[in-house]
Amino acid sequence: MPALTVNGKSHSVDVAPDTPLLWALRDVIGLTGTKFGCGIAACGACTVHVDGQPMRSCVTPVQAVIGKQIVTIEAIEQDPVGRRVQAAWRELDVVQCGYCQSGQIMAATALLAATPRPSDADIDAAMAGNLCRCGTYGRIRSAIKRAAERT
Amino acid sequence: MSTQLQASRRTFLQAGGGLLLGFTLPGFGAEEQKRNEKPPEAAVGQATRNMTQESSGLEPNAFIRIDRAGAVTLIIHKVEMGQGTFTSLPMLLAEELEVDLAQVKLEQAPADNERYGDPLLGGQVTGGSTSIRASWKPLRQAGATARTMLVAAAAQQWQVEPSTCTARNGVITHQASGRTLNYGDVVDAAAKMRAPKDVPLKQPKDFKLIGKPLKRLDSPDKVNGQAVFGIDVRLPNMSVASVAITPVPGGKLQSADDKKALAVKGVRQVIKLDHAIAVLADHMGAAKQGLAAAAPTWNDGPNATLTTQTLVAGLRTASEKQGAVARNDGKAQEAIARAPRKVEAVYEMPYLAHATMEPMNCTVDLRSGLCELWVGTQVPALAQGIAAKLTGLPLDKVRVHNHYLGGGFGRRLEVDFIGLAVEFAKQARGPVKFIYSREEDIQHDMYRPYYLDRISAGLDDKSIPVAWFHRITGSSIMARFAPAAVQDGIDSDAVEGAKDQPYEIPNVRVEYVRHESPVATAFWRGVGATHNIWVVESFIDELAATAKQDPLVYRQQLLKNNPRMLAVLNLAAEKAGWSQPPRSVEGKRVGRGISVQFAFGSYMSQVADVSVSPEGEVQVHRVVCAVDCGQVINPDTVVAQMESGVNFGLSAALWNEITFEKGRVQQNNFTDYRVMRINEAPTIEVHIVKSNDAPGGVGEPGTSAIAPALTNAIFAATGKRLRKLPVAATSLKA
Repeated sequence: MPALTVNGKSHSVDVAPDTPLLWALRDVIGLTGTKFGCGIAACGACTVHVDGQPMRSCVTPVQAVIGKQIVTIEAIEQDPVGRRVQAAWRELDVVQCGYCQSGQIMAATALLAATPRPSDADIDAAMAGNLCRCGTYGRIRSAIKRAAERT
Repeated sequence: MSTQLQASRRTFLQAGGGLLLGFTLPGFGAEEQKRNEKPPEAAVGQATRNMTQESSGLEPNAFIRIDRAGAVTLIIHKVEMGQGTFTSLPMLLAEELEVDLAQVKLEQAPADNERYGDPLLGGQVTGGSTSIRASWKPLRQAGATARTMLVAAAAQQWQVEPSTCTARNGVITHQASGRTLNYGDVVDAAAKMRAPKDVPLKQPKDFKLIGKPLKRLDSPDKVNGQAVFGIDVRLPNMSVASVAITPVPGGKLQSADDKKALAVKGVRQVIKLDHAIAVLADHMGAAKQGLAAAAPTWNDGPNATLTTQTLVAGLRTASEKQGAVARNDGKAQEAIARAPRKVEAVYEMPYLAHATMEPMNCTVDLRSGLCELWVGTQVPALAQGIAAKLTGLPLDKVRVHNHYLGGGFGRRLEVDFIGLAVEFAKQARGPVKFIYSREEDIQHDMYRPYYLDRISAGLDDKSIPVAWFHRITGSSIMARFAPAAVQDGIDSDAVEGAKDQPYEIPNVRVEYVRHESPVATAFWRGVGATHNIWVVESFIDELAATAKQDPLVYRQQLLKNNPRMLAVLNLAAEKAGWSQPPRSVEGKRVGRGISVQFAFGSYMSQVADVSVSPEGEVQVHRVVCAVDCGQVINPDTVVAQMESGVNFGLSAALWNEITFEKGRVQQNNFTDYRVMRINEAPTIEVHIVKSNDAPGGVGEPGTSAIAPALTNAIFAATGKRLRKLPVAATSLKA
């Protein structure tokens, strides 16, 4: 049975090794903050961190992340960058329906961890894969800049 | 308009201590009726009533509960799908109740058409940009009444006159003595009092919350993964199911390999219906794999040859006949024939999917004599009704647990996916969460209708329109959803924004031709206005171009007796710098376009600045939006809804269409149903007109006003008039 390290805890998951990480997280471990949007890495709603890198969990097989550090939205506040991103998101009231926002926050946190002072072009490059049907993009951009100012 | 309040001993006991106030959201007052015509979605409520066989009464239909600790709970009759109702509605209550907004907790109302029906919509529906319009007075009246009772109870305890006491932040103070009591201290006494009638409401100058940009109450849970959407529900021993539905409307399931599906690790059960199949498993990964292994095949049935081309040909033929007459001022056709100049055009808008980020899903636990649903729906009572109908259970044996909606946009006004889940559940062992894949979600949406509009005008020798003729052809959503709402052949939704086009023209005729096809159609953000505003605002731009006049000036002279319309038009133009040319972009053609509309009770004008590359790629750089939505509850919510509406409308206008080939929808996922990305989104500036007029809706108008501003800007940049959407379907090569 594969064992996954999620948010610092080890979980044995009784799934086939090629099962997408998304479903192990949501349906087996019960961490539903990571969302299903497209199933083909085309929307970013399922973004998690694997060893600090943003990954689309809907196309990442469980077997590829055994032994790696997986972090989901539920634990991102334990990351100082993630905490700043969440605070900026609240201050600017970025969310609307909110469904894509776990993925947006995970992508933004990974961006700021790698590039503490991102340019607009950096933001475009890092965030273009995260769709928001409510069109909160202007506020996402502002919130990333706000979080960056606090570094 | 009066608010009926009841605080009976019975409801008090049910509340388990504390004060429970039931109040009735009354029917739409004459004053509002005049200002805001009943929206087309009113019929949705009627449909809900028909489904649940409930009558309207003066039962309390909304509740506030104040417990002995002073915690205030609003049992909220509206759903939160991003539009901010879970913040703006409690603001209305808290303003008059004199409590801090953070003190108000929200509880989703259960499915109950009779209690939680919307006065504007006639049923338990969230849609039509009506939540604030319908709740504006009653929620404040409820708050004021409760506060008055609590103050009276405190005054009684102190044996002083209530008028010598004040309430603030949930605390009652006797001014003279400085004595204080918390709301929680007097709820039991207040619950024994009679509710006073006609408690006066605050004047706008005294508002402490209304009009302030307060933070969304749902924000914290939506940034830490704790917000629970329908798709997040988990029950003990629950299966997760992947679903496949016949790809051709009216088709049947021909074969499926159950054995192969059951051989997949984690698969529990395969359920086949006449037209669909579900594979139930431990988790969605196994369910999807099981469904792929089952490899269902389909008998396509009578619609196997359906194509977009034949669908549009059908509309075109139908559009040549006279339609039902929605408006007839003067003699439009004769006046056009006599006019010195005649302009005519045909406009076409495609089928559109909603593509909410959260795919359709519904969790069902059907046990003996009880059906429980966990879902995110805009129509809880309709969900209850369809489940009751399909299971044969009485309504009170169907419980709907509603959740946050990961986008609604009208898709979740439909219960097709809920009905399908219940049908499957009849054969399921244990509770099941049914989830559409993105492909199923796009291919089994209920689409915004394809519209084909014939429009013409006669211009006098000064190029001013003397006659206007507009014939709309499309399927009728109302005729399916609420047949009673279609009167004299007029679907009120199909003609919204056309029948009431704002320009002062002596001869106006608007017709509607209903033309059906096997494609199921439904409401889509902006509903009728999204279609008609594009046609009307594009065509008026054509007339301005014919007249060789500035599009702003041309509109101004035809709106001179419509001050609120004129005000937003001028404000948007001024803020956009209309008198200056748009900023040049190297190697590209640039242009600026404008639109103006009255819809959902709000006035709006938008100006878009675009550039078009030599290859024909359009980029929207900046959108300026001026809105007069009357009294603003939360200005930040208004701004957010404009930003959202503009981006939503732009995705559709630039790129989106659902097309059919061999009976099948050709689009699959976000790869071929393109949604705007952060690097493509324009800068959006929102300017709100200060007003104390009755509130208008803000959830949809941003969407309906943007398409014409966009295509008018493209015309300004390229000289090419786009009469068919999406933009991407037309070559704009230099």
